[in-house]
Amino acid sequence: MRPIELQVEDLSIYFGGLSAVEGVSFYIKKGQIVGLIGPNGAGKTTIFNLLTGVYAPTRGDIYLEDKSLLRYKTYQRCQMGLARTFQNIRLFKDLSVIDNVKTAMNRQMHYSLISGVFRGPGFRKEEREISHRAHELLEVMGLDGFAHDYARNLPYGQQRKLEIARALAAKPRVLLLDEPAAGMNPTETQELLATVKMIRDKFEVSVLLIEHDMNFVMDICEYIFVLDYGRIISSGEPAEVRNDPRVIEAYLGGDALEEEDA
Amino acid sequence: MLKKQSKRRRRDVASLVTLAVVLVVYLVMQQLINAGIINAFLRGIINLACINVVAAVSLNMVTGLLGQLVLGHAGFMLVGAYASALFTKSVGWDLSLSLFPSLLIGGLVAAVTGLLVAIPALRLRGDYLAIITLGFGEIIRVFAYNLPFTGGPGGLSGIGTLTSRTNPAGMFNYLFPIAAFVIFFSYTFGTSRSGRAVLAIREDEIAAESSGINTTYYKLLAFVLSAFFVGIAGGMYAHQIGIIAPGKFDFNRSVEILMMVVLGGMGSITGAVISATALTALPELLRSLGKVISNIPVLADILGNFEQYRMLLYSILLICVMLFRPKGLLGRAEIRILPIYDRWRNWRHNKKAAAGKGGGAT
Amino acid sequence: MYYVTQILNGLGSGSIYALVALGYSMVYGVVKLINFAHGDIIMVGGYTIFVLLGMNAPLWLAVAGSIGFCAVAGVVIERVAYHRLLNNDAPRIALLITAIGVSIFLQNLAQLIFGTNQKPIPKMFTLPAIRVGGMNVSNTLLNIVVALLMMAGLQLLVNTTKIGKAMRATSEDAGAATLMGINTNSVILFTFAVGSALAAVGAVLYSNTYMQIKPMMGGMLGLKAFVAAVFGGIGSIPGAMLGALILGLAESLSVVLGQSAWMDAVVFALLILILLFKPAGLLGQHMKEKV
Repeated sequence: MRPIELQVEDLSIYFGGLSAVEGVSFYIKKGQIVGLIGPNGAGKTTIFNLLTGVYAPTRGDIYLEDKSLLRYKTYQRCQMGLARTFQNIRLFKDLSVIDNVKTAMNRQMHYSLISGVFRGPGFRKEEREISHRAHELLEVMGLDGFAHDYARNLPYGQQRKLEIARALAAKPRVLLLDEPAAGMNPTETQELLATVKMIRDKFEVSVLLIEHDMNFVMDICEYIFVLDYGRIISSGEPAEVRNDPRVIEAYLGGDALEEEDA
Repeated sequence: MLKKQSKRRRRDVASLVTLAVVLVVYLVMQQLINAGIINAFLRGIINLACINVVAAVSLNMVTGLLGQLVLGHAGFMLVGAYASALFTKSVGWDLSLSLFPSLLIGGLVAAVTGLLVAIPALRLRGDYLAIITLGFGEIIRVFAYNLPFTGGPGGLSGIGTLTSRTNPAGMFNYLFPIAAFVIFFSYTFGTSRSGRAVLAIREDEIAAESSGINTTYYKLLAFVLSAFFVGIAGGMYAHQIGIIAPGKFDFNRSVEILMMVVLGGMGSITGAVISATALTALPELLRSLGKVISNIPVLADILGNFEQYRMLLYSILLICVMLFRPKGLLGRAEIRILPIYDRWRNWRHNKKAAAGKGGGAT
Repeated sequence: MYYVTQILNGLGSGSIYALVALGYSMVYGVVKLINFAHGDIIMVGGYTIFVLLGMNAPLWLAVAGSIGFCAVAGVVIERVAYHRLLNNDAPRIALLITAIGVSIFLQNLAQLIFGTNQKPIPKMFTLPAIRVGGMNVSNTLLNIVVALLMMAGLQLLVNTTKIGKAMRATSEDAGAATLMGINTNSVILFTFAVGSALAAVGAVLYSNTYMQIKPMMGGMLGLKAFVAAVFGGIGSIPGAMLGALILGLAESLSVVLGQSAWMDAVVFALLILILLFKPAGLLGQHMKEKV
């Protein structure tokens, strides 16, 4: 049995009396790729925001390998091993591609402000290492050719990849991907599929992803949770979820799924 | 083919060349001042330019690197000026001994003030942060008017200066190296991990936080460093001019410093340096030009009374820059030694090649 | 009785702040711009009155002329300085810097034309004397009444007329308003015109109350009006009025306490406290960034 990496218990949040997420519990095992799906407005991104500490939950708890995350801030959760991407890409647009990646490696360097300003030995050594690692990471993601371009000048698909590279740079245990395939054409989606699997194996991370592209989700995920109106209405392996009437019901009488199947 | 040099060696060469250029400029100017070729008038402009460069580069740390508009920078400059002047006045040491510690004290007191302002202010962003810093700047000025030891509206006078008949480069010997150091600091800070974190916050605070950056810490750091350096600028100013008063550090002064940063390009250090120097020198030079061309009445009148038109012109300039070149003259680019060096190498290489070819043909 | 007159004084100067604050609040509500130059419009209005009265124009003409000129000035400023930035969705920082530029421009232009010294304004309105504790408070009462009327009028304009509805729509979502067939450009111009006209009304009251004007008068006054607008909840019309009246009272309180030297510090301390603890102000709404 693989150990549990991330566990969520009874997670709930209310906005002005309305529940956006209600009593959600799930877990992700080490090295698993797990999908979080559901119709628009079901509360998927809200769960990401709760996990990363952008919102504080009204009720419930989040554990990263037995350690409750609630009292940690967003940046601390990232340092502890929870890195994410965003639905609407949020890169450091006016920084170079490599600096986007290096920024997320901030905590892996320890040289002081003074050493940084006066280019002390600590600065030289650590910056060299970081630079090396950042290039490696870009290489893996097929972005090394763009290393010194501004992030804003990358094509859309590459921007999505850079966001993933930046998240990986923080050495996460769990990678949260918010609609990584959004806006991609079928070829790009196929590529992404391979990339995500490769990342899981190479970097030994667990992946939790939100996605609307059903083929993508069904292909890649070992386990799926379906969210509707802030509650988990179904979960299981892709084949089980696919045939669950509650899921079909949630997706407007099943149009979405049937179309995908056809 | 051009020989490829290792990146690190190239960078070291570039740093050495920069250092050499700065040293040569410093020594040449020092000798020219001592020899009286740079007269008192020009010397005053140069010294003031050094002070304004420090102020502009320091503001660039928050406005350019962190991307937050600060409208109360003159307030921190005031704190530095008063702290530094009060120190040299009260210890009564020889100024050549007390000036340097007094500048540090000015910077530290300003940094502490900056921290006290930043802790609440940095909870806000954008417009509201700008307004709240304006508020703090005004409050600092009201304090300077009313506290028992600040001399009220008249301020402090009789502050010592190092420039004298026998030592004309007295202040310059301090001001120029300090300005050079602050430029150096600001550049290396911006390219260290701390600077990268600050830039990331400017680009997208939420993404920075999600990438493991302690945004609160780095925002405070940029703000406090900025206040520290402008505090030093305040101390430099006090000992250059000899008189300080709260009215000298009002909202208009904050706008003037901002103007230097905006014009050069928010985020560009070399831009800030160039525009700070230009905006310091221009009014003075135009005024003296007005005296020279006194036979052309209207133009001479305008130039001679340039002080009256200065802010009018600045405001038009400010609006035009925002409308037509919102990123400033240099944007976020820097003028660097390496590209110039490369061009020179290329040029030399081509010339040699051409000479070689020419030789072969004849 | 002393306290009553001080309270009335506070409400009187608060009413002048209110007229400027209303414009600040309106413009911010519609285009999310802190129009720094708005305070200087009251100075423009003051000098228009000064010039017109100096040319022996009748009082009504001086008042109407000032209101008209300021409305035009507001529109011209929007067209020349802000329009391009607003249409290009420029960063807010650029807009704010431009607005500061316009403010400095207006102050220095006035200084160049009229000199740095203050100019006297002849007596404007002859009102029956109303005495409270030996002081004639009729001008103060006039200020309060006019400000309240203007606020009520503005409230009606925004809430009941077609253009008011268009203003609210533009404020909510300019893009969607355009799709609904609203000419947002003219709505923005109208907002600047009305805001500036209100500042001109403020200028009339100011000239009548203090009987002198100077080029820099708009700077601090504008800042204080802005503080009032934030205090009341920027974007809210009754909020601006309420904020301005409270600010006026706070100022006269510091006079009563013999601390007038610290008055400006009190105003800005108030601003800082509101921004920190209730950034939406007394009657405003707060919005949060979406992740």
